[in-house]
Amino acid sequence: MDQTISFFSGFTIKDVWFLGEAALRTLWTSVLSISIGTALGVIFGWLLHEGRILAALTLAPVLDIFRSVPLIIQLVLFYNFAPIVGLNLDPFWSGVVILTIYTAALVANVARGGIEAVGRPMRRAARSLGMSYWQDMRHVVLPIGGRAVFPAWVGVALGVMKDSALVSVLGYVELLKASQILITRTQEPFLILSLAGAFYFALSFPISRYAAKLEKRWAQ
Amino acid sequence: MFDYNFHWRPVMKNLPDLLEAGLLTLQVAVLSMVIGIGIGLCLALIRMNRNGVLYWLATAWVELARNTPALFQLFFFGFGIGAFGVHLTPFAIVLAALSFNCAGYLAENFRGGFQAVPETQMRAARSLGMTQWQTYTRIIIPQVFRIVYHPITNQMVWAVLMSSLGMLVGFRELSGETQFFASRTFRIFEYFAVTAVIYYVIVKCILAASRLLAMRLFRY
Repeated sequence: MDQTISFFSGFTIKDVWFLGEAALRTLWTSVLSISIGTALGVIFGWLLHEGRILAALTLAPVLDIFRSVPLIIQLVLFYNFAPIVGLNLDPFWSGVVILTIYTAALVANVARGGIEAVGRPMRRAARSLGMSYWQDMRHVVLPIGGRAVFPAWVGVALGVMKDSALVSVLGYVELLKASQILITRTQEPFLILSLAGAFYFALSFPISRYAAKLEKRWAQ
Repeated sequence: MFDYNFHWRPVMKNLPDLLEAGLLTLQVAVLSMVIGIGIGLCLALIRMNRNGVLYWLATAWVELARNTPALFQLFFFGFGIGAFGVHLTPFAIVLAALSFNCAGYLAENFRGGFQAVPETQMRAARSLGMTQWQTYTRIIIPQVFRIVYHPITNQMVWAVLMSSLGMLVGFRELSGETQFFASRTFRIFEYFAVTAVIYYVIVKCILAASRLLAMRLFRY
């Protein structure tokens, strides 16, 4: 009659699969928000550059809010605000929306820096060679300015990848949430957290190293 | 579209508590910055010497801090080291994680700052009869400080924003306190909206203070 129910069970190979799936969700969230956010951010950056006073008074303060409020607060706020205006978003899409705007706010500054990194004389020269405004943008500003701020952009993208872990507060099971669930069950925090940390590290470290190397090479 | 009634009264009633929690946020951020600057300086100096076990330890610290999510670091100090029987209070967890993170990021900034000061200045100062200590405190450090002043300000802002993660380990700083009240009244949106404003004000105050200080410090 010695029946006991065990709440805890050891770490098995199936849990590695569970973690792997969660890691893929982390990746998918980050890729989605980084790519859309970068596209938006470049447009915002261009507006900040071209809009002058108007943009400085309207767009810049709005973007600034997203950089001055903790991401976790933004996520909770948006997740609870969406139903008020009649949007029913699941945690995943709420997370992607906020991460996208957050990325856009960060990339906007980077993009503006890139446009401004191309000297005015160079742009005048391009225009006086008969290039149109967009030709100048495409063939002069993009290669030169893009190169100047590419390492900064990589930094932003990696930052967003790491910050995507915060979507777990909405209940979305990405890598860190999954490891938390496993820790509760297996009671092996050190092993599981190390696995999760190793995944982030393995993703972030080579890319940041590569970006630093590129920066050094381009600086010469 | 708006069939939601905003109730701001409970938030206003708890506003003093929230502001007090804001002070706690500021406290933990400042404390972690002080520790972070101290350790970061050591890490930078160790990494510039490039020898021995210490170099690898310092490099591991810096790369781990920069290439894993802050949330992961928080969980690590929260549950991870629990595996070795070390259990910290929520305040200690947040402080340790923030200091670890700040030290890693600042170390890289400091290293860049030291490298920006030409080595010849050291020799010039020494040949003028200054001791090594005098050279550091009167020639090198003031120049390095000027270079790393802005990164330190940025890191201070990050420390404030990152301390919001404290709510996930039960630390009752601004976010934790907000979550506590919000879950009691179910006025989640209202509470977090006010908290977002408080964070925004804190960040703006830090930036303004830093700018004023810079005007006073870097007059020449």
